[in-house]
Amino acid sequence: MKQDLAKFTGKDVISIRDFSADDILSILEYARKFENYKQPILQGRILATLFYEPSTRTKLSFESAMMSLGGSVLGFSEAGASSSAKGETVYDTAKMMDGYADVLVIRHPLEGAARRAAEAADIPVINGGDGANQHPTQTFLDLFTMLKTKGTLQDLHVGFLGDLKYGRTVHSLAEAMSHFRCHMYFIAPEMLRMPDHILGELKEKQIPYLETERLYDVSDKLDILYVTRIQRERFPDPLDYEKVKNVYILNEKLLEHVKPDLKVLHPLPRVNEIDTALDKYPQAEYFQQSKNGVTVRKALLSLVLGVRQ
Amino acid sequence: MISKDMKVSKLRNGAVIDHLAPGMAMKAIEFLGVRGADSLAIGMFFESKKMGRKDILKFENRQLSREEINKIAVMSPEATVCIIKDYHVVEKFTASLPHEIEGIIRCSNPKCITNNEKVATRFVVQEKEPLLVRCQYCERAMHGNEIEFV
Repeated sequence: MKQDLAKFTGKDVISIRDFSADDILSILEYARKFENYKQPILQGRILATLFYEPSTRTKLSFESAMMSLGGSVLGFSEAGASSSAKGETVYDTAKMMDGYADVLVIRHPLEGAARRAAEAADIPVINGGDGANQHPTQTFLDLFTMLKTKGTLQDLHVGFLGDLKYGRTVHSLAEAMSHFRCHMYFIAPEMLRMPDHILGELKEKQIPYLETERLYDVSDKLDILYVTRIQRERFPDPLDYEKVKNVYILNEKLLEHVKPDLKVLHPLPRVNEIDTALDKYPQAEYFQQSKNGVTVRKALLSLVLGVRQ
Repeated sequence: MISKDMKVSKLRNGAVIDHLAPGMAMKAIEFLGVRGADSLAIGMFFESKKMGRKDILKFENRQLSREEINKIAVMSPEATVCIIKDYHVVEKFTASLPHEIEGIIRCSNPKCITNNEKVATRFVVQEKEPLLVRCQYCERAMHGNEIEFV
């Protein structure tokens, strides 16, 4: 369904839950226009990046997106470099940004911090990741990559592998995919299985899913295999991390057990869960996926700022 | 013989909240506040045919807004409210859950911003029966039996 893109002007991008299936498809379709697109349509606009947690791809790809559209960027990349070290609240910092920037992106370890920032700021707020909760722009770029490689989001068989408990990207992605009648396969050790509240929602929506600890039980069914890093920083107990950190390591052997047109996605960074030997195969889509992040973020910045091509 | 009934004079004007879940009266007062009432009678753990035990609150000369009453439903879905004028019940209704609940439920997620900065909680009621609410900040869903009040 064609939608009026003006509805996204001034809109916050906090949670994939705030977007309908039609919204998502409209945004992905619009994002296609931004592949290799570099025109100064955002000249004179400023993006503030409030990063209270480390980030490479999200921060740099937002900066790259803004700069390649002619805009400017300011911000900080660790909590210690901001007034939060002095006890300033997210609300106050975000409110202040109204006077400094035209749009802000925030990453914060507390869940709900981006929503709180959006309550404070009049300018559009984009969530760059809030704790283990949401990372909507990652979800948009994941969906964009699937749509680009598979031509559709409908009826795909999607495997989610690794840390499904703490990984916010898989939570957001599973919620978004539930709009599109996908078959989902959650492949994780018991300790890191998909949270019950997300499984409950899938049940309510009658989305078929299967849980297993063994990748090769389901690998030949998959159109997409979405791999995640086991995130050391999310484990309350380091001993638990040690037990599961090497549980899945993908290498060339994987290719014997999958459809030839499988695409392997990963939000990156990877540690050792995908052997670099896989990088040369056409199934390895993760670096292109990362590039798509700039494309999708260009489109989102253009939309929320109301300056469209 | 000592009467088992609590001796409370009839209200001339005010409101009675009946069928509160046993033990919830104090929490309801904490939430509603006592300001504006000339007197307040609190009954706890009364026998009830419908509920086994129940709590009751009687507010003299205190009006309750529909919003306040509906929030009582979060604590006690079976609560009923009577509005009294000149000793007569002029209105009687059952509290019903609002779509959004602000400030009275604590989020069960320790990493939610509402548990780390001074922010009033906001929950959306997703299901009424059985009760399922979702934090509007961290998006954690909570069932009725997991709810704790602020």
